[in-house]
Amino acid sequence: MDPISGGGALMSVVNDTVEWLTDSVHWSGDDGIPHRLLEHVGYTAETIVIAAVIAIPLGFWIGHTGRFRSVAVGLTGAMRALPTLGLLTLIALYLGIGLTPPLIALVVLAIPPLLAGAYAGVESVDPQTVDAARAMGFTEWQILTRVEIPLGLAIIIGGVRSAVLQVVATATVAAYVGLGGLGRYLIDGQAVSDYPQMAGGSVLVVALALVLDGFFAALQGLASGRRPSLRSRARSSP
Amino acid sequence: MTWLFDNIDYVRELFVRHAWISVVSTLIGFAVSLPIGWYAHRHARLRGVTVALVGVLYTIPSLAVFVILPGILGTKILSVVNVIVALSTYAAAVMVRTTTDAFGSVSPQVVDAATASGFSSGQRVFRVELPLAGPVLLAGLRVVSVSTVSMLSVASLIGVSNLGSLFTDGFRRDFLTEIVIGIAGIVLLAILLDLLLVLAGRALMPWTRSLAGAR
Repeated sequence: MDPISGGGALMSVVNDTVEWLTDSVHWSGDDGIPHRLLEHVGYTAETIVIAAVIAIPLGFWIGHTGRFRSVAVGLTGAMRALPTLGLLTLIALYLGIGLTPPLIALVVLAIPPLLAGAYAGVESVDPQTVDAARAMGFTEWQILTRVEIPLGLAIIIGGVRSAVLQVVATATVAAYVGLGGLGRYLIDGQAVSDYPQMAGGSVLVVALALVLDGFFAALQGLASGRRPSLRSRARSSP
Repeated sequence: MTWLFDNIDYVRELFVRHAWISVVSTLIGFAVSLPIGWYAHRHARLRGVTVALVGVLYTIPSLAVFVILPGILGTKILSVVNVIVALSTYAAAVMVRTTTDAFGSVSPQVVDAATASGFSSGQRVFRVELPLAGPVLLAGLRVVSVSTVSMLSVASLIGVSNLGSLFTDGFRRDFLTEIVIGIAGIVLLAILLDLLLVLAGRALMPWTRSLAGAR
């Protein structure tokens, strides 16, 4: 008995899941765990790089000049209400089959946290510090690159961290519209009522999320080490 | 548009279902977070641990939780209970942070004054700290309510019906209109619940309104 056919004892469910995860059949080939894991990490990296190229310079500009700040705040807030699955299915239907539509949706969803991290990081720098740099003859570009970005780095990385977790989670959901990655086990398992496969895939997704979160937490810790006043705020990134 | 009129009963049913599951999950999460947040606020050493722990909870992707929970709880995967447990846990994970901050925002002098006026510790918590923490709690609840409404739609992938079912159904049938109606319904519900929270806040905390006016 498992949760698909009608709820089962915890131990047997755990056993079945462990069995699925350790079966060597699931560790090779195109539908094997290493390949799916690489796919998932690959989509995440690709999405974050594209989104960062768009969002981070824009966030720096908003944070440095203070222009369009309320627009950025409103946009990031409104995006929270937008259901990820709705956006995925909409873009996938609109643009057709293939890997590109889901990746576009992932980029769209990664932009708000990256943008928020970038402008919040730059904004977090004490205006007096910025004025001091200006008085010492720093150009605006130097102020941004040599004062604001280094001092706001922990918060900027915090934005990347939120975006990465968001993309890992949404890439799982995106298996529904045809993306590869670990989400395939959840969607394909569901299609054939194979609960151990679904649970095994879920465990892998959770593990990946926790490892990536730990990695970025460590990076944030390194970045805020240079600025002790921020250390207590490092976890509260947007 | 004709599709909406032809299926208005179905959409209304999903809307109501989506609304009650979101509201119940948000309220359970809020209720759970209150004592934890209050306790974490009182015990500084626990604060870091609690905040870190709930932070980790929040990093876990929702679809994975919707799949794993039935295995742990021994319920059927199609049961709405899994979804409510999962969404409440997420809501609590976000709210614990806010409740800790909310109780921290109450001025210690006011708490001391309450003690000096002879309030028992129970009275102090419920009649002084809780009302004064209200505005920060409300701000947190508004964030959680919106994200809960949005997150619930993912549960349609494992077959628990809600407005997200319009996405899966629309996708399967290659029918864009249905997806757009689903998105509109979810955004509408999020705005509606947010409005209700703001109104409830005004009714329960009339003083925040006069303060805002005086500024």
